[in-house]
Amino acid sequence: MSSALATQIGQLARRSVLRTFRQPASIVPALVFPLMLLAVNTAGLRSATRLPGFPADSYLDFALGFAFMQGALFTTSNAGTDLARDIETGFLNRLSLTPLRGASLLTGHLAGAVSMGLIQSLVYLGVGLAVGVRLESGPLGAVVLIVLAVLIAIGFGALGAALALRTGTGEAIQASFPLFFALLFLSSMNMPRNLMDIGWFRTVATYNPVSYLIEGLRSLIIVGWDVQALALGFGIAAAIAALGLAASAVALRRRLARA
Amino acid sequence: MSGRFRSVALAVAWRNLHNYFTSPSLVLPGLFFPLLFFTAFAGGLSSISRVPGFDYPSGYTAFQYVFVLLQSAAFGGVFTGFSIARDFESGFARRLLLAAPRRTALIAGYGLAALGRWAFTASVTTVVALSAGMDVGGSGVDLFGLFLLALLLNVAAMLWAAGIAMRFRTIQAGPVMQVPVFISLFLAPVYVPLPLLQGWIHAVATFNPMTYLLTGGRGLLAGDPVYVGLAFGLAAAMAAGFSVWAVRGLRSAERAG
Repeated sequence: MSSALATQIGQLARRSVLRTFRQPASIVPALVFPLMLLAVNTAGLRSATRLPGFPADSYLDFALGFAFMQGALFTTSNAGTDLARDIETGFLNRLSLTPLRGASLLTGHLAGAVSMGLIQSLVYLGVGLAVGVRLESGPLGAVVLIVLAVLIAIGFGALGAALALRTGTGEAIQASFPLFFALLFLSSMNMPRNLMDIGWFRTVATYNPVSYLIEGLRSLIIVGWDVQALALGFGIAAAIAALGLAASAVALRRRLARA
Repeated sequence: MSGRFRSVALAVAWRNLHNYFTSPSLVLPGLFFPLLFFTAFAGGLSSISRVPGFDYPSGYTAFQYVFVLLQSAAFGGVFTGFSIARDFESGFARRLLLAAPRRTALIAGYGLAALGRWAFTASVTTVVALSAGMDVGGSGVDLFGLFLLALLLNVAAMLWAAGIAMRFRTIQAGPVMQVPVFISLFLAPVYVPLPLLQGWIHAVATFNPMTYLLTGGRGLLAGDPVYVGLAFGLAAAMAAGFSVWAVRGLRSAERAG
């Protein structure tokens, strides 16, 4: 990487990280809501562990992976909204008059999503361990869990950026929230797929990539080192990130050409 | 009700309903979330009905339908509070305050709008639930009771949100309207009946009024009424209490000018 590119990325990453952490209204819900829903679901669905074949003795262990996924959902919204604001205020147009490269803009912008994903992961994992979650994969599993969670945050952050660059409005990003929310709720977030009684729902959850992201995260907590679940989790997260970055690059090129 | 009161209330309700039904960005979220919750809970969690001790006779689809019906009623009221806040932000509500001979009619008008909005959501949700094979054990009177209970909750939630909207007069107060309703709904027996809850959530749910609305509503749908008097008493008390809260909010808005 040339020093000019590194400087550009560094400056934009610094701005992105600072802007993320200067908005308590973005950070607090992203940290609190997943934990709140985790607490409510864990308490309400504790009796599910009495179902024959349920894969964990504690519903909290089973459900913790969902918090990481919901956190990633907030990353989509935050990353997209921040970039949309740059478009709405004309900041992106001003940047387009500089020698800044598109790759720098995207990489720098995603630094905020990465830092937010990292903080979220550490908080969720810390809270989980504090209330009695035991990672079957051990300390190394915790590291892998955080890496996977950050990769998922990058993927969803890139999708948010692509939407922002394509539409140019914060409202469109907010309007897309229900779509991502539906992906989350129509997955195996609350119940293992083999214990879903309703056939069509099991089919939807099986075709929903979010199921595999959650199952990858969950496997490190309740199974240990499940190579298949991890391969699917990392593979799908990487594919979402690649897709999001490619879509962002195309949308950025079109937007800069218009500017 | 005087003619002037009625004409103001109907005009406010008509305008709000017209705005609602001509704006997909308002209609779709109002429909989307109840349907999503119904699909995710009734579809994804149906095996919960096999947990030992789960004894709801009409099955898990009906069990979750009542939650979604009450949730849509509560949020239908809250979303009308958002409309009130938006009217204050745009300055329209101040013009309404100047023009209305009976200002409490404004609250009544927003209340009618909340009912109209929820009636639409409830109809769609009910059709979807019946299409999904929901088993209805209750008689016509029981079902009337269930919808009346949900209607009271809709009114109570609208009055709660109206009180907030008229005090803060900004859409930024949205979370203040929404979060307490969301929390009280999810701290009730959403997934399993109260006796199957354990630990802190059992203690909280026992003292949560929403628990008795939910249990009462589920009893009515199954044709096995329980806590019906308590459920209606709590819903009516909430509606009465929040009507005072909303009228005081209106006075606060009047003082602010």
